[in-house]
Order: sequence, then C-alpha cells, then structure tokens
Amino acid sequence: MTSTADETAITFPGARRPDRSRRVDASGVPIAVYEWGDEAAPPILLSHGGFDFAATFDLLAPLLADGGWRVVAWDQRGHGDSGHSSLYSWEADMRDAVAVMSSVATRAMPVLGHSKGGALMLELADAAPYRVSHLVNLDGLPSKVTHPDVVDRERTRLKASELSGWLDFRRQAATNQRKPGTIHELAARRGRMNPRLSQDWLRYIVTIGARQDPDGWRWKFDPLLRMGGFGPWRPQWSLTRTPGLGMPMLGMLGMVHEPMGWATQPDDVQPYLPPGARIVALEDTGHFVHVERPRVIADAVLEFLS
Amino acid sequence: MTRVLRHGRVELALHRLADGTGRPLLLLHGLGERSVSEPPEWAARWAGPVLALDFTGHGSSTMPRAGGYSCEVLMGDVDTVVASEGPLTIHGRGLGAYVALLIAGARPAAVRGAILADGPGLAGGGPGPGSPRLLAVDRAAPAPPDPWALAELSLDVRPPDYATSFARQATHLSGLDSPITVAAVVRPPWLEAILDEPGVAEAPVAAALASYAAVD
Repeated sequence: MTSTADETAITFPGARRPDRSRRVDASGVPIAVYEWGDEAAPPILLSHGGFDFAATFDLLAPLLADGGWRVVAWDQRGHGDSGHSSLYSWEADMRDAVAVMSSVATRAMPVLGHSKGGALMLELADAAPYRVSHLVNLDGLPSKVTHPDVVDRERTRLKASELSGWLDFRRQAATNQRKPGTIHELAARRGRMNPRLSQDWLRYIVTIGARQDPDGWRWKFDPLLRMGGFGPWRPQWSLTRTPGLGMPMLGMLGMVHEPMGWATQPDDVQPYLPPGARIVALEDTGHFVHVERPRVIADAVLEFLS
Repeated sequence: MTRVLRHGRVELALHRLADGTGRPLLLLHGLGERSVSEPPEWAARWAGPVLALDFTGHGSSTMPRAGGYSCEVLMGDVDTVVASEGPLTIHGRGLGAYVALLIAGARPAAVRGAILADGPGLAGGGPGPGSPRLLAVDRAAPAPPDPWALAELSLDVRPPDYATSFARQATHLSGLDSPITVAAVVRPPWLEAILDEPGVAEAPVAAALASYAAVD
C-alpha cells in the first residue's frame, strides 16, 4: 500500500502550485489560504466546490496570475489543509470566505466560484455587495430539481431512507475514517464521480488533497462530512439571489451532465439573470469547466475583468 | 446523574432527572436554555425514567468553535440519545419542539410520541429565506449558550412543506394514530401547517403524555 517517493512528485502539464500559502483564523478554525501571482497586483478570490479543495484551481489560477492578478484561493473548513470543525453549514462557509477576503483587502474585489463555491459566492454577493465587484460563476448555478413522478406515500419512504441514512452515518461519525488506498486507487474512486477528468489529473490532485498514512493514502476531507445536501435548502433559493445583483456577472455552464453537477441549462437560469449578465454555455464540457478548459475560462475571465 | 454521549466531535450531556421503569421521557429545552434540574410537575405520573438533553452548545454539552448550527444537527443530537436509550417519548420546548418533530419523522419507530410545546426558538427564521446576512457574534459574551447557536438557530429557515414531510413520515411509519401532539399556543407557519396533517393532534401536555404512556 505504500507509495514510492516518485509517486508523490506527480506533476500535470500546466498545473502550478501556489506561490505562497498561509493560514487565516476564521473564528477559531484555521483556514488554509493559497496565492498565485504578484502580491501587489489587484486581488481576485477563487472559491472551490463541495468535496474539492483549492488545488482544483492549479490550472486556472496561474493563467489568471500571469494575466496580472493576485489570485487568492482557500480550502473550505473540513476540506484540504483547513481545520476540521464540529459543525458545518453554508453560513459558516460564507463567514470563512469573508475572513479570507478580509486578509487580502477590505475593498470590493472580483470573486469566482465553482459549483457549490459558485452558489456560495452568489449568496455572498447578495449579503455583502460592498465586498464583491465582479461575479464569475463556473457551473454553479443551481436549477430547480425535477422530482420523479412518484406517489406521495412512496416519496415518503424514499425520504425516510435518506434521513435514516444520514443519521446512521452520524452515529458512526465519531470513529469514521476515510478509506485508505494507493494514489491510483484514490484517483480511480474519484474518477467515478468525475468521469470526464483524466486519471493523470486525478492522481495529481490526490497527492495534494490526500495524505500518506502508514496504511495508505487518505483524502484529507473531514470524515464527518457526507456527500449530498441535507436540510430545507432548495436550489431555487439560490437562483432568487441573482436578479437583484448589481455587479457585473459572468456565468459559464458545462453542458455535459456529470454526477457532481446540477445539470443546469442556460434556459433554466436566463429568467433570473441580472441586467447585463452573460451566460456562456460550453459544449462538450463537463462540470469541472476550469480543469477541462482552463485557457478558455481564463481568457473569458480576463476579458470580463478588463 | 449525568451521562456523556458522543455525537461526532461533540460531547452531549444527558441528565437523568427521575428513575422509573419502562420507556423514557426525553425533555428537549428551547433555544438558549439548558436542561431543567428537576422533572416538571406534569411529568410526575410518567412511569419511566425522565431524561433531559443539553443540545450542542448549550448547558453542559460541548461548545464547538465558529458555529455552523442547523436543526438537523440537533436532530442528530437526539438520535444519539435514541441510539443509547432505545425508544422514547419526547417533550420539546420551542427549538426543541421543532427538533422533536424532525426526529419523530426521521426515526418513526423509535419516537413513541412527540409533544410540541411553547418555548424559545419556536419560529426560527420563518418559512422562507430572508435576505442573506453575514452574522457576527460577541465571542466574549458569557457562554453557554454558544452565541453562534443563538444567532444561527433563530434564523434557520423552516418551510411549512418541509415540516409536513416529517409529520407525514411520523404518521405513515410510526404505527401510532397520533405520533405528534401540539400543545403550543403560539403557532408559527411550520407548526400551523403540520396541524392540517393526519396524525397530528392538539392537546394539553398532561393529556398528551397520558395517551403516549398507554401506547406500545
């Protein structure tokens, strides 16, 4: 199960690790912050998705940095190298984001978010428009989930098993550990959720987002975290944040549906866009638009910000 | 006597207020409260033990750092008690009433009656999302209760149709005629909505308790 030193030095064409890293204290939770580019350049904040971490931007961030920006990203609490917490929530993630922002500047700055990170930044832009000058959303515009046409009683049973599954998971949470494996095994498992991403990329990501224990590699994600949303949140609530946004907005949607995405179509979001907002639909692209097409995204973002 | 139960990284204080034989009665406090130290008068005729749980961030339970509260996590607090004590009847005040509804729907076989009573934190943040806001708390404020719990659990959204889905599960899957009884006088939208559901009764606490004492 142990890996050789060679394996830990996996590289990926175009991927560049951050130029600097540091920690920010977010009400007691240590948040790992990463930066690419000139410290004196204007800042842009990058927010990753659920069950991901800042290294997801190792392809995009260097391109933005080379385009003249100080690129700042962070690992959300419980993700990557940030601290694990007893509690996790959307609101807590939003506060952590503001703590990272405040460590860079107090004036408004452009923010870019992918997936959950994109939806989070929509909410932040609504809650604190004085902190956000431009908004870029990468495949993170949730749309209304259509429920299968099942009878009420059957739906009750489905929901009941979902609930007991969540509670059963929490009963084990105190002793849970992520499953160990080789770099290849972790990449292969991740590939089932991200079928369009190459194994080479996923192996590169494993060497950053996982740690090497004596019995193998383990993702650093807090074992207390469980995939999938829970609670009364509805995707359409996120969409109601957008029509009133006053800052320029650019949305980029991957048109190929993947397990981790929301499968949002341009027509789903068009009625909710603020005046002047632009949506770009990327054909033959999955949920991780910034990993599949870093150059296209970087060019669009640099142009949008210029 | 107080026992410590573990829920994730949180240590929960479960107080035994009275001994007895049979199914326990579990008391859930309201937002910002802590467990009472004596069994309430109306519980005097309950044959089983009377237990009281301090929610996460309250009373003698752990105060986590940096918040992140949800009523679903507090439902997990109660499920930790269910895992330890087995089937029980629940009385919840305010916030505890809403959490009692959630656990009654999520563990319908284990919750043998939930009584929903008035208390702090009954309404939460209302039926739908308001304007989002960045919360800040006074970290120097005397605690417990955790100031993050007070801030976040008074703003959490409680949609009526979300509440009714839990009431329906309790009714469909518990095998009880009325798994939920509303004793509260104040009725925020989520509570008003479940009153229209089959299986949700209205009664004073003592009467509800007497009827749950009689069920298997």
